[in-house]
Amino acid sequence: MSSLVEAPGTQLPDNDLQCVFKKPASMTSKPLHYCPGCSHGTYHRLIAELIDDANLLSTTVGVCPVGCAVFAYDYFEFDMIQAAHGRAPAVATGVKRCLPDRFVFTYQGDGDLAAIGTAETIHAAARGENITIFFVNNGIFGMTGGQMAPTSLIGQKTTTSRAGRDASWTGQPFKVCELLSTIEGCAYIARVALTSAKNVRTCKKYMRKAIQAQQQKSGFSLVEILSPCPVQWGMQPGDALDYIENTVTKVYPPGEFVNKLPESE
Amino acid sequence: MQAKRRLIKGNDALSLGAIAGGCDCFFGYPITPQNEVPELLSSEMPKNGRVFLQAESEVASINMVYGAAAAGMRAMTSSSSPGVSLMMEGISYIAGAELPCLIVNVMRGGPGLGSISPSQGDYFQACKGGGHGDYRCIVLAPWSAQEMFSFPELAFDLADKYRNPAMILADGVLGQMMEPASIPAEFTRVSRPEKTWATNGRNGRSHKNVANSLVIDPHELRDHNLKLQAKYTKMQEDCKWDTRLAEDADVLVVAYGITARLAFSACKLARKKGVKAGLFRPITLYPYPSAPLLDVAKGKKRILVVELSSGQMVEDVRLTMNGAIPVDFYGEMGGVIPSPAEVCAKIMEAAK
Repeated sequence: MSSLVEAPGTQLPDNDLQCVFKKPASMTSKPLHYCPGCSHGTYHRLIAELIDDANLLSTTVGVCPVGCAVFAYDYFEFDMIQAAHGRAPAVATGVKRCLPDRFVFTYQGDGDLAAIGTAETIHAAARGENITIFFVNNGIFGMTGGQMAPTSLIGQKTTTSRAGRDASWTGQPFKVCELLSTIEGCAYIARVALTSAKNVRTCKKYMRKAIQAQQQKSGFSLVEILSPCPVQWGMQPGDALDYIENTVTKVYPPGEFVNKLPESE
Repeated sequence: MQAKRRLIKGNDALSLGAIAGGCDCFFGYPITPQNEVPELLSSEMPKNGRVFLQAESEVASINMVYGAAAAGMRAMTSSSSPGVSLMMEGISYIAGAELPCLIVNVMRGGPGLGSISPSQGDYFQACKGGGHGDYRCIVLAPWSAQEMFSFPELAFDLADKYRNPAMILADGVLGQMMEPASIPAEFTRVSRPEKTWATNGRNGRSHKNVANSLVIDPHELRDHNLKLQAKYTKMQEDCKWDTRLAEDADVLVVAYGITARLAFSACKLARKKGVKAGLFRPITLYPYPSAPLLDVAKGKKRILVVELSSGQMVEDVRLTMNGAIPVDFYGEMGGVIPSPAEVCAKIMEAAK
């Protein structure tokens, strides 16, 4: 913003402006590569804010996926590992078992977590692995060009289900939180639609609890966000948010599915 | 360390060797004929303050190894042929991200589910890449319970030196056979290089560390590959090999692992029958000891390569010799192990 300040006639007096909203220390200055209307940026920022709040920058190891968030290691200031497609929970397990005092999380999309990485996800949960997963569900393979995912809705048109997803051929949407809530090793499981300022605050609250679950060594924690993919859904960003509110949440109801944290707040 | 000579199974020797070699963590999945390794380590690792975790699959095992190796640990897994096939994606990532780790393959017959009998059918997979992309693992081939014990530390040291995955390529015989070996009564922590690149939390470090094999820019990826290739070339200085009765031999037998033990017996039998036979045993299968082989083979009449495969290492021998000396091959597959007398017969044929 220095060019604005230096422009003729726009001289501002010293000490007149205060920074009241800034980039979290856990985020780098690299411009995000995500498409307009995508939730990854918001979700990244929430992670960075929470890691700042909990003073975890120096003890965090993050694991990023294959998918749209493959470059997530460029956007955070803490140590990161880039994992093979779907394998992030196993990679995180390797770190956490050896360094149990670190905060270890994975960041995964629905293709990564709920298709190719289903076994790693479920067994990390079954072991009660003390890791946290930040899960982005947009019901589609975004990065590879909009192919059908196990999480795609019935009737959803994708590049590999051009007439709309047909349940008789490809089954029903795969519900991760519902499935995980049957597993005893889970300490905190929640889903939120990242569609409004209010929901962003709810999301942050859920994420904080997921982090606390790990810090208290309570077991596996996961927060799923229902995220828009306007580009691959073929929608305007605003319409994509409405679609989540009106349609996606009917299949994937938001809320807390497992909460074994002691009552607080 | 005071060493005690004891009768021990190869797989058990390897497990104790892993602890002696400073293994911080083991992740694995059961498969025959290497099950003694996770079984012994499941009790011995925690006793020694290390991590043992049974994974849900070999795919998960190798990715747990990836995470732990990235975090700066001496991490290992152990499996047998079909399980190692499942690890190939992870090994490629580990090689791409330049992380040190140890993978043990106690080879069994293939292809497919094959058998649980000994084989050397995974030489190509171990030495020529195996997973996708231009990469190599350091590959060590033990031939005794003693080397099953001592090679894990050597493998970890080489892996750390080159920031590269190392593999111990054993087979069902070496894993299951009992024989005497010197094993220390106690294990002390071995020294290892400081890993300033480890993704173990910044903890005061001025910059973040990233473990990554993604290099999206073609020129940058080419440069990364050139750096890897330069590293593989440099590995030649750590070639290891062994020779027995080779100096005056007319027929040089080239074999590794348990087959080298058989071949050595066969060489002695051949000498009783008047044929001067000797053994060249590659210990590092990658980097392949080509220069030493060329040197040892000088003046020999014939080379005989013996393997428990259709002929895999023989290709490296033929590349090394480049037609200078005729190279014969004798191989058995499917878990069939030739007797020293059968190998001796092939030596006699070669000597004609």
